[in-house]
Amino acid sequence: MTRRDGWLSRLGYGAAGLGGLLLLIEAVPRLGLVDGRFLPPASEILATLATQLGTPELWVALGETLRGWAIGLALAFGAAVVLGVVIGIVPGLRALTNSTVEFLRPIPSVALVPLATLLFGPSLGSTLMLVVYAAFWQVLIQVLYGVAAVDPVAFDTARSYGLSAWSRVRHLVWPSALPYVMTGLRLAAAVAFILAVTAELVIGSPGLGAEIQVAQSSGAVSSVYALIVVAGLVGIAVNAAVRLLERRVLAWHPAVRSEVAA
Amino acid sequence: MTASGPLKVLRALAMPALLVLAWWAVSGSTFYLPSPAAVARAFAETWLSERLVDDVLPSAGRLLAGYALAGLLGVGLGVPIGLSRRLRATLEPVLEFFRAVPPPVLVPLIMLLAGIDTPMKVLVIVSGCVWPVLLNTVEGVRALDGVLADTCRMYGVRGVARLRRFVLPGAAPQIMAGLRQALSIGIILMVISEMFASSSGLGFTIVLFQRQFQIAEMWSGILLLGLLGLVLSLLFRRVERWVLAWYYGSGAARA
Repeated sequence: MTRRDGWLSRLGYGAAGLGGLLLLIEAVPRLGLVDGRFLPPASEILATLATQLGTPELWVALGETLRGWAIGLALAFGAAVVLGVVIGIVPGLRALTNSTVEFLRPIPSVALVPLATLLFGPSLGSTLMLVVYAAFWQVLIQVLYGVAAVDPVAFDTARSYGLSAWSRVRHLVWPSALPYVMTGLRLAAAVAFILAVTAELVIGSPGLGAEIQVAQSSGAVSSVYALIVVAGLVGIAVNAAVRLLERRVLAWHPAVRSEVAA
Repeated sequence: MTASGPLKVLRALAMPALLVLAWWAVSGSTFYLPSPAAVARAFAETWLSERLVDDVLPSAGRLLAGYALAGLLGVGLGVPIGLSRRLRATLEPVLEFFRAVPPPVLVPLIMLLAGIDTPMKVLVIVSGCVWPVLLNTVEGVRALDGVLADTCRMYGVRGVARLRRFVLPGAAPQIMAGLRQALSIGIILMVISEMFASSSGLGFTIVLFQRQFQIAEMWSGILLLGLLGLVLSLLFRRVERWVLAWYYGSGAARA
């Protein structure tokens, strides 16, 4: 019973917090603390948001952003998992590639903006280039950790029972590394969304970011705010979706099982 | 698996050498990829000149200023939020929302509010970096050891002493994790804020090269950004090892 009460009152507090924020944004421009041209009242932002949600343009832009995000994430994830498993399993390859990985990984993917602009211009290609580069390293590093964490005794056992290389990967390495892989996917999904919006904003590839850029340069300030709210909501949805996936995929894992039981 | 010194160096250099060779081999075939030698020459000519003082150092300065401010703000706000259950429950949805907003979309907004000068760029960096620090601080403070908290109460450790000896060290591993996330966001925002509206800085210069089709110079800029990212992440690892020496020493990090 107390758990339920706690949950309810938390919901109440949370609602109060959100309401407080909206009141603050309503009051600040109305009282003239900040110029209404730069920060419209909350009611105006929400009204613009409601109008925008009724137009097809917003949904098309949203679709473009999510398409770039999903394709980029899938490409990066596939490549990183395959490369990560190969590097992790083949003896000596890890030591050989380590310096290269450590050098390439911290390169901020926005450094590739000019190159993407030259090669692809304002199109899906630019978005994909930035998204794939940013998401790839997040997954690769986690896969490498995951493969390194495979129990060596289990590995030797599998080998002495004559499991082929493929079934060792399939039945031992992959399940052992899966929690790490999912962590990598979660980090990569968030980063990929940031970079998808960035590419649209800076290079002008079609999508939410480009809409924000257009709204800003045409002085439609409340539209800028409304679109930022949309971007935030999509970000929350992306995080929640990946967390849900993580739970389902790892439902067998002790860490997740105990969490559900508690 | 302990290799001797020369073998280690050889292993570390073999792959990069191969990659540069491959780069050399394909560089002639396309206009967009100049040879390594051309990029190296452009690098020396472009960045080891007055640009280092005019563009690179101001960019790095803004990054550090914004990052430091975000760190102070994040920890300063995160500790009270983490310590109070009510405050946490009230602010959680708001904070989750702000964390989920991709930081670059705030650039056009902050340009409206703060113009296009240095304060705007620093503000952009602060606005993006503060959330990971803040949320990780809240998490770290929330997860403080209950037995230690009771012990502190028993011994009458309170106020500043409690903060310094118990709360901050206890939350430090989480705070550092937040600061690490914030660093990569900070670099992204430094570059983007300069690409948007600016007349100087690293991001501006690289985009300028691209618009003028100075391909080798553009590549040298990408290389410089990569080096900056690398140096900052190495530096951060150093600081982290130093701040959390007790934590790594206790073996808790491996659990």
